[in-house]
Amino acid sequence: MSVKDKKDQNNQVPTTGHSWDGIEEFDNPMPRWWLWTFYACIVWAIGYSIAYPAWPLISKATPGLLGFSTRAEVAKDIAEVEQSLAQINATLANAELTEISADPELLGYAKNKGAAVFRTWCAQCHGSGAAGVQANGYPNLLDNDWLWGGTMEDIHLTITHGIRNTSDEDARFSEMPSFGEILEKEEISQVANYVMSLTGDPQDVTQVAAGETVFLDNCAACHADDGTGDRYQGAPNLTDAIWLYGDGYDNIVAQVTKARNGVMPNWNTRLDEAEIRAVSTYVHSLGGGE
Amino acid sequence: MANYFKLIVFGMIALLALIASNYARDIAYQAQALIVMIVAAVAFLVTLRNTDEPVPVAVREQSYFDGVVRYGVIATAFWGVVGFLAGTFIAFQLAFPALNFEWAQGIANFGRLRPLHTSAVIFAFGGNALIATSFYVVQRTSAARLWGGSAAWWVFWGYQLVIVLAAVGYLLGATQSKEYAEPEWMVDWLLTVVWLLYLAIFLGTIIRRKEKHIYVANWFYLSFIVTVAMLHVFNNLSIPVSLFGSKSVQVFAGVQDAMTQWWYGHNAVGFFLTAGFLGMMYYFIPKQAERPVYSYKLSIIHFWALIFIYIWAGPHHLHYTALPDWASTLGMVFSIVLWMPSWGGMINGLMTLSGAWDKLRTDPILRMLVISVGFYGMSTFEGPMMSIRAVNSLSHYTDWTIGHVHSGALGWNGMITFGALYFLVPRLWNRERLYSLSAVSWHFWLATIGIVLYAAAMWVTGIMEGLMWREVDANGFLVNSFADTVAAKFPMYVVRGTGGVMYLTGALIMCWNLWMTVKRSPATQSTPVAQPAE
Repeated sequence: MSVKDKKDQNNQVPTTGHSWDGIEEFDNPMPRWWLWTFYACIVWAIGYSIAYPAWPLISKATPGLLGFSTRAEVAKDIAEVEQSLAQINATLANAELTEISADPELLGYAKNKGAAVFRTWCAQCHGSGAAGVQANGYPNLLDNDWLWGGTMEDIHLTITHGIRNTSDEDARFSEMPSFGEILEKEEISQVANYVMSLTGDPQDVTQVAAGETVFLDNCAACHADDGTGDRYQGAPNLTDAIWLYGDGYDNIVAQVTKARNGVMPNWNTRLDEAEIRAVSTYVHSLGGGE
Repeated sequence: MANYFKLIVFGMIALLALIASNYARDIAYQAQALIVMIVAAVAFLVTLRNTDEPVPVAVREQSYFDGVVRYGVIATAFWGVVGFLAGTFIAFQLAFPALNFEWAQGIANFGRLRPLHTSAVIFAFGGNALIATSFYVVQRTSAARLWGGSAAWWVFWGYQLVIVLAAVGYLLGATQSKEYAEPEWMVDWLLTVVWLLYLAIFLGTIIRRKEKHIYVANWFYLSFIVTVAMLHVFNNLSIPVSLFGSKSVQVFAGVQDAMTQWWYGHNAVGFFLTAGFLGMMYYFIPKQAERPVYSYKLSIIHFWALIFIYIWAGPHHLHYTALPDWASTLGMVFSIVLWMPSWGGMINGLMTLSGAWDKLRTDPILRMLVISVGFYGMSTFEGPMMSIRAVNSLSHYTDWTIGHVHSGALGWNGMITFGALYFLVPRLWNRERLYSLSAVSWHFWLATIGIVLYAAAMWVTGIMEGLMWREVDANGFLVNSFADTVAAKFPMYVVRGTGGVMYLTGALIMCWNLWMTVKRSPATQSTPVAQPAE
């Protein structure tokens, strides 16, 4: 294409006369729609920044003619919801724990509210469906296998004060020792086989008898002579198929040798009484409540 | 003589780096110090072997300095593939968390690889593309050889060293936790030196130009280099905890730190990914279309409007946070005023084709350049829209943002870089033409469909996620937990990963095509000489 042809054939606009490495520029005007839209945006921007808080001055910024404030808006929204729910929340906070289920309206409200609290605060460990994380120390709340009890009072106490935390002196507390420092490896192997025999087949049948002796001497104080556990101490039932830290020889030996003791926060400093009662009701209603 | 000085400097650096690695307080710092030592030692040996070789300065000064541009083209293609691969892998890590392998925890889990991906594509791929094309363009449009003798090599290798150090730091956990500014203080210092040298070379070349006027592409390149220097220095003001450790403490705290970070973060988009790449657009589109630029007036006005307004738009990243309302309003207002200045570049790019639209049918390289401008226009409309507070309250923290970023990065930055590489390789290696135009077409369609899959998937999940987060029942209680929204996104995550695979495949086809161009295409006879165009 020759240089002459580069003049725009359609409207004969001249170039600016510059050329860089063969690149020229037409002297076209700016497209009108572009320019006017740009002007319109500027005009809108000036108007908007007068209506809304915008220009910083020495000690504070211009507040804007509309008095807009994101913090005031959210505070207003929260206040409206709190006011509309104030009465039923007061009823819930003062209701007898065992009688919440007797009032259908209160029960429905508590379950909805409790579900929302659960999704926000509890789902991180117990899962959004409350099924926990199997074998990782996050208990399943859908079954009727309770470590610290499954009545409304038990659940309410657990949620209020938590488990093994250092921030609430009323927290539930117990501690499984690390038997790696107390027992010989041989004994740990024996007791693991015995524990396995309670629910099924041990890895090594010959060790079960010796394991029972070790169990009665060291473990029965908390897990009971028959291995069914003790809810007052949060000691799990070892005769069912539900395992807090995993089943099988390796998992049992690992837990006996170096015990993991799960921690749950106390929620009384973060949730109000109505919220704690609501989430207690929700957990109680999931299927295992007693 | 200069070589003896260089030998002393390289020797000192190697020795100091060795000492530093010995005293290192963390593994990332130690690894980085060892890399610096090895690089300095290699540079020492290379300098030693070349010492006392005569350098024909007079002959050299008459030709363009293209060696460093050729290396830049190779680096761009290489880092592009690395970045796309990392991106595709982490996309699948999100869809299938099992890909966060147990044995690779602390090195190759999502949290470590994500900054590797973003830095590899923005700074390694995009940065090398910008440095290489700016060196090529400024020489041609100024009809002058690069200023500063061999200093351009220092910029090139220094920049590669910054990339490698940053990447090693990410994998080993050295990060100052600022998005797109993750490298710790010692890498920041190195980049500052390299960048100021880059600025000096670019300015020096413009000053000794043989053309009367400075071409518009160079305005954009220069604004990009100057502003990035300023942004980088201010956002990385920090005090190291120890000279021998990678940890540092930010000078700003709280909301001031957040504001500085997003002033930086948004203008990394504005000046690195917009202004710099507009410089590329203003050279390669008129060259490939063989048409004059549409409007000189528009280029002046949209240039000054763009660089003046972009710098204020950062606060829109911090709507509904601790940031005061007034700053948030200003960020939003400037973002909306920015809409037309951004579109000025699109209009100038697209209208340059008027009278040459038929070329789109036959020239896949031009098609690539033009679709990149199309994606640019789309992203620069979407951006101002998302900056509106009401829209942002839905879109913020969702995948919509990710979709927006990638339609810009893959569509605009990626496609225009591919077009520039296809333009440059035959010219830099003196080949008559590309090895295969149909391979360019394949690349074009794979990349385009890949982007569409990616962006559409992220729009869908982003809006779905935003709606699920704010869904409440009649009493005002949340309906969904966070994990519910994660589970709901799974199908779209797979679609997004598939789009990434297509885009990566296209880039691999490009690498093969460029390689074959150098190896197999017929050679041309002439070599470019530095001459004014008129």
